[in-house]
Amino acid sequence: MAEYDRVEHDVLVIGAGGAGLRAAIEAAALGARVGLVCKSLLGKAHTVMAEGGAAAAMANVDDRDSWRVHFADTMRGGQYLNNWRMAELHAKEAPDRIRELEAWGAVFDRTPDGRILQRNFGGHRYPRLAHVGDRTGLEMIRTLQDHAVFQKNIDVHMEVTVVKLLKDGERVAGALAYDREKGRFKLFASSAIVLATGGVGRAFSITSNSWEYTGDGHALAYSAGAELMDMEFVQFHPTGMVWPPSVRGILVTEGVRGEGGVLRNSQGKRFMFDDIPENYRNQTADNEEEGWRYVLGDKSARRPPELLTRDHVARCIQREVREGRGSPHGGVYLDIAWIKEKLPDAEEHIRKKLPSMYHQFMQLANIDITKTPMEVGPTTHYIMGGVRVDGDSQMSTVPGLFAAGEVAAGLHGANRLGGNSLSDLLVFGRRAGEYAAKFASERGRANPPTSEADDAVRLALAPFDRGGTGEGPYAIQHALQQMMQKLVGIVRQESEMVEALNGVRALRAKAADVGVQGNREYNPGWHTALDLDNLLTVSESIALAAIERKESRGGHFRDDYPDKVAEYAKFNIVLRKGADGSMQLERRPIPPLTSELAAIIEEQKS
Amino acid sequence: MPNTTFKIWRGSRGKGDFQDYSTDITEGMVVLDAMHQIQAESAGDLAVRWNCKAGKCGSCSAEINGQPRLMCMTRMDELPANEAVTVEPMRAFPHVRDLVTDVSWNFEVKKKIKKFRPRKPDAPDGTWRMQQEDIDRVQEFRKCIECFLCQDVCHVLRDHHKHDEFIGPRFLVHAAALEMHPLDTENRLRDLKEDQAIGYCNITKCCTKVCPEHITITDNAIIPLKERVVDEFYDPITKLVRLLRRKKDA
Repeated sequence: MAEYDRVEHDVLVIGAGGAGLRAAIEAAALGARVGLVCKSLLGKAHTVMAEGGAAAAMANVDDRDSWRVHFADTMRGGQYLNNWRMAELHAKEAPDRIRELEAWGAVFDRTPDGRILQRNFGGHRYPRLAHVGDRTGLEMIRTLQDHAVFQKNIDVHMEVTVVKLLKDGERVAGALAYDREKGRFKLFASSAIVLATGGVGRAFSITSNSWEYTGDGHALAYSAGAELMDMEFVQFHPTGMVWPPSVRGILVTEGVRGEGGVLRNSQGKRFMFDDIPENYRNQTADNEEEGWRYVLGDKSARRPPELLTRDHVARCIQREVREGRGSPHGGVYLDIAWIKEKLPDAEEHIRKKLPSMYHQFMQLANIDITKTPMEVGPTTHYIMGGVRVDGDSQMSTVPGLFAAGEVAAGLHGANRLGGNSLSDLLVFGRRAGEYAAKFASERGRANPPTSEADDAVRLALAPFDRGGTGEGPYAIQHALQQMMQKLVGIVRQESEMVEALNGVRALRAKAADVGVQGNREYNPGWHTALDLDNLLTVSESIALAAIERKESRGGHFRDDYPDKVAEYAKFNIVLRKGADGSMQLERRPIPPLTSELAAIIEEQKS
Repeated sequence: MPNTTFKIWRGSRGKGDFQDYSTDITEGMVVLDAMHQIQAESAGDLAVRWNCKAGKCGSCSAEINGQPRLMCMTRMDELPANEAVTVEPMRAFPHVRDLVTDVSWNFEVKKKIKKFRPRKPDAPDGTWRMQQEDIDRVQEFRKCIECFLCQDVCHVLRDHHKHDEFIGPRFLVHAAALEMHPLDTENRLRDLKEDQAIGYCNITKCCTKVCPEHITITDNAIIPLKERVVDEFYDPITKLVRLLRRKKDA
């Protein structure tokens, strides 16, 4: 029998970004004893990097806003593949979740009359994003963290990574994990589990995501028998840094465009005016002057085309570069400095509203954004797909296994609107925590089978047996990232994706032979080796689903099927692990909208 | 600087020494990139803590050429060319392995600072109103990314090891953010004076110099807190009033 510490919790929350923290707080408030597992240190999770803001129809800046408009915007942005129940709950509950953060100490930027200020963002009809300059994620995670550590029932396990979920019959019963510092194993026994592990960005070479984002929750859930949905929809954020090479992919917030930043090609042209999609035409400005009035808050003006949805902006940038109108390092220009033509104190304004962007470019690229345009290009940012969950409870198809935040599918459909992620974390983190606590108290403790835990330990330690003679973990990860970027990136086609699927299989064979040197104490080579299986699973699921969807919609764009096909609006693609261990794919029909929600979508089309 | 030598401190639980590694440096690289490249090329088990690689999470704190800095925000081309670069772990915390230290003490200290306690909502919609100018200072403090470089450089902690008595600049900033929050009603001054030893800080401003977020830790946070403590406990008039009041109560 393998050696591990056994730890018991009513609810185990895996992941301590916004969703995990909010889930832990809620479950603890309902009396559950909660274990909160962080892959890194507490407060360092990826939420910290969110910049622009959290979308909530508080109507503080524009009183025409309401949950109905937010709901319709989210569905339109998601190309109607969204789980509409989640879109409804999200739009209705987000304002309360933001106000709750204020009661816990968050300090959002203010309107002149002292309320929470809201800013413009892509795809949102009205200024809707509660924000703190361009460091909103930091404010959120710190507020949640500082609130959570004062809750009596939350035990925090820092720098601990889960490698396997354990089941007792059908229901989830616990998890096997290792701690980074000593490399010792922990067996968590728990009545319910909330996955809040974030996304999969490290499957690609150009990404805004940190090393942690290896699709752990997606793969853990899949291996435990849960369904994944919408995995073909990966969001490539239009504006990542492109130069110098070592910072390629680091995010440049959409807030730059919200504050009046414009995109230009090498000819100085604002190319976003050239291609405005039909379903956004009557809400989008058709000239530069109107776009600027919108930025200033003129309610009669329509928003500038730079604030169209991320999928569309990313593709327009890609097109400019491909057709030879890009910047010297293969991007386009994002210019906020130009607003000095319009504002007397523009430089001060930019530094105040976009302090970390100012800092980031100054320090990493020697560029003063108050004077010089930035060079930007698309970067892998977010996955809309994830664990398929019930819209109300966030429970997956495995009893007792919940998912919230990026790891869950549904809210965002085919494309996420900026700002909807931070509010997603709060709304569905809270719901997952609530329902997980209820599940735990109703169903009691399950019994995680130790034989499965023993197997997982053996498997996790195998790379040490192969040592330096095995395949190197960094080389395998690098090869996978290069391949996914090239073959399953922003613009896709059948033959390339089939090649990628074969590539994943070949790399899986290599990964089975991965070897690491050194010992178990804080050994990044070993950790990289253990993450490989997750990365391969999510890469396979992305490629498989993307091949199946023979159309272009939202974050999924195909050269060989460049148009949207009505038939494909009727289902989500669902993946499940088959009895033989292979990945099974199914087209799952989308249930019809309630008449109330259908009416809202119609009414908001004008 | 095409090929550069790094003297990286390697070892476990405080025992170890500098070992030389060399790697090629390309345009725009930061020290963290070099560490990753060395991991991939020649030291697969080199322990480095990092996350965002964008100066936002505060994980990759280390001492580069003797200076406490974030590895992800230190560009190679700002270091002296043709010289070896030394990289070592923060020295004010217990060592774990290679460049990684045990910073858990910081998380324990934070729990000792009384949490945010807002006044009752007093706006008609059941929330509060705050003016931007009243929160500018608090927002400056809340930029902190908890990299603990200020703790690392503070001589009270680094040289005098007063971890049991003194909370360090990071948590003085945290306390200041709470004390200056327009909605907060808690009083943390006695704690700051007695249990958290604010008096140990003799305002050498080393913390301010190393802060990657450019928070004016000493001038904007610590000195105003010290003044509040002085006003509360050492002001002769307040003392007299308090004495009289106590007599009256008795």
